[in-house]
Amino acid sequence: MTDLEHPSLAPPVSSVGIVGWMRQNLFSTPLNAGLTLLAVGLIYFLLVPLFEWAVWNADWRGSDQSDCTSGGACWVFIRARLDLFIYGFFPTSEYWRVDVVFALLAVLIVPQFFDRFPRKGWIGLFTLIGFPIIVYFLMMGGSFGLEPVETGKWGGLILTLVLAFVGIVAALPIGIVLALGRRSTMPVIRTICICFIELWRGVPLISVLFMASVMLPLFLPEGVNFDKLLRALIGIVLFQSAYMAEVIRGGLQAIPKGQYEAARALGLGYWKSMSLIILPQALKLVIPGVVNTFIALFKDTTLVLIIGLLDILASVQSAIVDPAWRNVSTEGYLFAAFSFWVFCFSISRYSQALERKLQTGYSR
Amino acid sequence: MKKITIGLLGATAAFSMMMGSVQAGTLDDVKRKGSLTCGVSTGLPGFSNANSKNVWSGLDVDVCRAVAAAVLGDAGKVKYTPLTAKERFTALQSGEIDMLSRNTTWTHTRDTSLGINFAGVNYYDGQGFMVSKNLGVKSATELDGAAVCIQAGTTTELNLADYFRLKGMKYKAVVFDTSDQSVKGFESGRCDVLTSDQSQLYALRIKLANPGNAVVLPEVISKEPLGPVVRQGDDAWFNVVKWSLFAMVNAEELGVTSGNVDSMKSSANPGVKRLLSGDAGKKLGLNSDWGYNIVKQVGNYGEAFERNVGKGSALKIGRGLNALWSKGGLQYAPPIR
Repeated sequence: MTDLEHPSLAPPVSSVGIVGWMRQNLFSTPLNAGLTLLAVGLIYFLLVPLFEWAVWNADWRGSDQSDCTSGGACWVFIRARLDLFIYGFFPTSEYWRVDVVFALLAVLIVPQFFDRFPRKGWIGLFTLIGFPIIVYFLMMGGSFGLEPVETGKWGGLILTLVLAFVGIVAALPIGIVLALGRRSTMPVIRTICICFIELWRGVPLISVLFMASVMLPLFLPEGVNFDKLLRALIGIVLFQSAYMAEVIRGGLQAIPKGQYEAARALGLGYWKSMSLIILPQALKLVIPGVVNTFIALFKDTTLVLIIGLLDILASVQSAIVDPAWRNVSTEGYLFAAFSFWVFCFSISRYSQALERKLQTGYSR
Repeated sequence: MKKITIGLLGATAAFSMMMGSVQAGTLDDVKRKGSLTCGVSTGLPGFSNANSKNVWSGLDVDVCRAVAAAVLGDAGKVKYTPLTAKERFTALQSGEIDMLSRNTTWTHTRDTSLGINFAGVNYYDGQGFMVSKNLGVKSATELDGAAVCIQAGTTTELNLADYFRLKGMKYKAVVFDTSDQSVKGFESGRCDVLTSDQSQLYALRIKLANPGNAVVLPEVISKEPLGPVVRQGDDAWFNVVKWSLFAMVNAEELGVTSGNVDSMKSSANPGVKRLLSGDAGKKLGLNSDWGYNIVKQVGNYGEAFERNVGKGSALKIGRGLNALWSKGGLQYAPPIR
C-alpha cells in the first residue's frame, strides 16, 4: 500500500492575498464592514482635501504674496519669514552665532542616542554645564571681540530653546534638592521646602510671568532694572523646580523602606546613601513623569508672549498680521505646531530609549 | 483685614506713582547710553511691526526714530521693546523704557492717574464698522439686531455697548481673542459686522479672501487719539518728545521733505530756517541740527503717514482726520519760534 499524498488544493482566492486579508480584517462582520466604509469615507473627505491644500496645490517657491496663486497653502510665507521665526531680531550679520549654537546642540545631543559612544557621560555633563556657558557668551557677545546683542533682540526658535533648555537644566537639580528637603527629618528645612513647593505649585505660570514682568519692576528701587528675559527665566525655573520636586518625591516614596535601611546598614551616611542607592533607583522610576514635565514646560514657554517676548509662536503671530500677506494664519500656526511637535516628539523618543536601557525588570 | 488690604494697595499705588514721578534726566540718560529704548506693540500693522527685513517699522516706530534722530543724530539708535497692552504703562513707570509709542489712546484716566504724560497725537483714530458688501448696509444706524465680532478686553467692547444703547438698537456680541481669529469669524459668517479701530479695520480687510467684498462704514463711534507717552515729572524729556513730533508736522506744513531738506537748508523762509538750524534745538538741550536730522532720516509727518499706513503701504488709509489743519484735518503743530 502506498501512501498516496493528495496534493493540497490551493486555498480559495477569497481567503488569501489582499482579498483574504481584507475579508479577515476589514469586512469580517457587517459592523466591521460598516466601520471600514465609514473610515474610508472620512479619509476621502478629510485627508484628501488636506493633502491637496497642503502639498498638491501649495505654493512653495517665491518671495512674496504674488507668488501664492494656486489657491493652496502659501508656504512661501514661511520661507520668506523663516529668519524671523528662527533668529528673531538678531542682527543678520550675527546669524552665524545662532547657527553655531544649533550645530553645537545637535553635535552634543546625537551621542546620547547611541549606546556605546566613547566618553558619553562626559559629553552629557558638558551639555548640561559647559554648553550653557558657551551659549551665554556666544549669544550675549561683548567679549572675545563679539558684537554685543541685547536680549531684547533674541526671539523665535532660539528664544524658545533658551527658555526651555535653561528651565529643564536648572529645574532638575533644584527639584531633587527640594524633594529631598521635603522628606527631610529636619523641621526647618522641611517647612521651607513645603512652603516653596506649595507656593509655586499653587499659582499658574502665566501669573508668575506676569508678576515677574509687570509687578516686580515697580518694587525695585529707582534705576535698578534687570533684564526682562532674565526675570522670565527665573520665574520659569522656580515654577518648574516645584513641579519637578513633586515628581521626584513620587519616585523617592516608591523605593521600599528596606533600601534605606540596607544603605544605613552598610554604614553609608545620608548623602552617600542618597546618591549611591536611593536616587539612582528613584530617578529611573520617574523618567516618564520627568519627561512629561519637560514636554509641558517646552510648550509652556509660549506663554512668554504675554510679557512681550517674541518666541517662535509670538513671532509667527506678529508676522501673520503683516499687511504684505493675505490671511496666512493657518500656514503660520501649522508651522509653529510642527516645530513644537518635532522637539517634543524627540524628547519623548529619547526618554523611551533611556527607559529601555535602564530597565531592570520593572517594566511589563 | 480689609482695611489693611486697602491700605496696602494704596501704599503700592502711591509708591509706584512716586517712582513714576521722581525720575528725572531721561534726556541725559539717553545721551549717555547712546540709544533710545522705545516701547512698541508686539505687532500691529502700519504702526509697529517687523517688516520683511525683520526691522521694526510703522508710524509709531517712526516717532521713536524721530526722537532718536533729534537726540542722538541717528534714527537707527533705537532699541525696541515689544510690549503687550497690559504691561506698557508699568514698563514706562519703572524706567525700563524711555518712551512709549504703542498706539495708546489718550484718555483722562490714563493722563491723570498713571503718572504719565501724553506728548501729542500722531494718529487720530476712531472705532468703526466693517460689513460685507452684499449685506447692503450703508450706515451703522441700520445695524439693529446684527451679530458683531469684537476682540475681548478692549475699550472697543465698551464703546460698542454705549453706541447701541444710545441708538436704542440690539446686537449680539461674538467675542474673539485675537484679530486674526475675528477676521476668520467675519469671513465664515459668524457675524455680520466686524468692529475695531478704523486703522485696524483696513489692516484686517486685507486679510480677507476677497477684500473688495467688504466695506468700512462711514460712522466713527469713538475718539481714539493715539500718541507717544512719557513719564510724568521729567519736563525736559517731555519737551523733546513733544517737539520731535511737532517738528515732523511743521516740516510737512513748510513743505520740507526728506528729499528736499538739503536744498531747503538754504531757504529764505524764516520758518524753515528755524526748523532746520537756529537755536530751537539748544532750548531743548539738543544740537541745532535736530530738526534737520528728523526730516532727513525719518521724513515729515506726511511722508511717514503715506509710507506706513497711507498710499505707499498695503493699508491704503486716507489722510482724513490726520490731514494737516490747513487741509481740513486735525494735525496742527505750534510754531517753532
